Amino acid sequence: MKDKNTPDNVLIVIPAYNEEASIGALLQEIRVLYGGWDILVVNDHSADRTPEVVRRYKGTMTVDLPRNLGIGGAVQTGFIYAARNHYDYVVQLDADGQHQPADIIRLLEPLKKEETDVVIGSRFCNGKSSYRAGFARRTGIRIISFFCWLLTGKKVKDCTSGFRAYNREAIQFLSEYYPIDYPEPEAVIMLIKNRFRISEIQVCMHPRKAGKSSISFRRGTTYYMFKVVLGMIMTAIRPKTRKYGKLQ
Amino acid sequence: MESFSNVNIFRMQIIAIAGSVVLFLFILNLIRRKRIKEEYSLLWVFFGMVFIVLSLWRQGLDYIAMAIGVAYPPTAILLIFLMAMFMILIQFSIIISRLSDANKTLCQEIGLMKMELAKMKEEKKDQSEA
Repeated sequence: MKDKNTPDNVLIVIPAYNEEASIGALLQEIRVLYGGWDILVVNDHSADRTPEVVRRYKGTMTVDLPRNLGIGGAVQTGFIYAARNHYDYVVQLDADGQHQPADIIRLLEPLKKEETDVVIGSRFCNGKSSYRAGFARRTGIRIISFFCWLLTGKKVKDCTSGFRAYNREAIQFLSEYYPIDYPEPEAVIMLIKNRFRISEIQVCMHPRKAGKSSISFRRGTTYYMFKVVLGMIMTAIRPKTRKYGKLQ
Repeated sequence: MESFSNVNIFRMQIIAIAGSVVLFLFILNLIRRKRIKEEYSLLWVFFGMVFIVLSLWRQGLDYIAMAIGVAYPPTAILLIFLMAMFMILIQFSIIISRLSDANKTLCQEIGLMKMELAKMKEEKKDQSEA
């Protein structure tokens, strides 16, 4: 663990569920690019050899959740750890290799300049898509972004991206409450409602290297859309819960 | 014919009384044996009593039916029954949500604690080796 007083006090949080095929390469790449940074892998009760693979990378911290909590519960574990250990920034990225570690430093830049509280690595910035998503998924993301705009008045192009960076205040806030299933769009609304500044940065996304998307295979798109839209609306009409920090 | 339908209604009332009393006692016994916690049994106890009252007091059902504009009184029973089921099921959803939230927090804490523990063991091992 690094000295807590340095400004570059970053925790990289990687939620992982059955990612034995891809997480090794990801950790290797992070270690090459960002040697010495703290990495916390939250193993969401994987059924495969994910924890064994992670343990091969000495210095990487692993939380093994005793039950599968879903991506939201796993990510929140990272926020809780970061909040308790006074990290200044958290970068969250997927374990399946679709987010590139090289972009981490770009995600952190606006945070360090204190221009914003949360940075989303978006696949749709600047109009063109850097990511060849299928039609259904693109449409789904559009609908979600539309609802996000409708509910908050803010345009966030890629509400579903799980490649994000947060400053200390956002970490503290999200460690207290974070949605469970498909949490990303809800979290965006929650943050905007509570006056956090969100910005987007265009990143390249690889098609996933291995494993399955949590959206299209696990429980079906219809469930996903209904759950997300309902969650977004409910989050939007809930009262503000942020109690501390300078409100913008 | 007259006497036959009277007997029928009387029999039905006996069965209704017996049924609702058995349900009520069953629920009370579950609470007594701590199989249901008191705080989760309030709705059951309440509707158990409602059913006993309705089975004893036949005109009561007619009044209720009239009051809510139901033409055929037995339908009112179904309505009350449905309402009872809805309320109890909604209460279940609330309890389940609370439990799953508590579960999530516990899982996260256990996960974090296991990691801290492993770290401490590692450090202790390093110290004793040094």
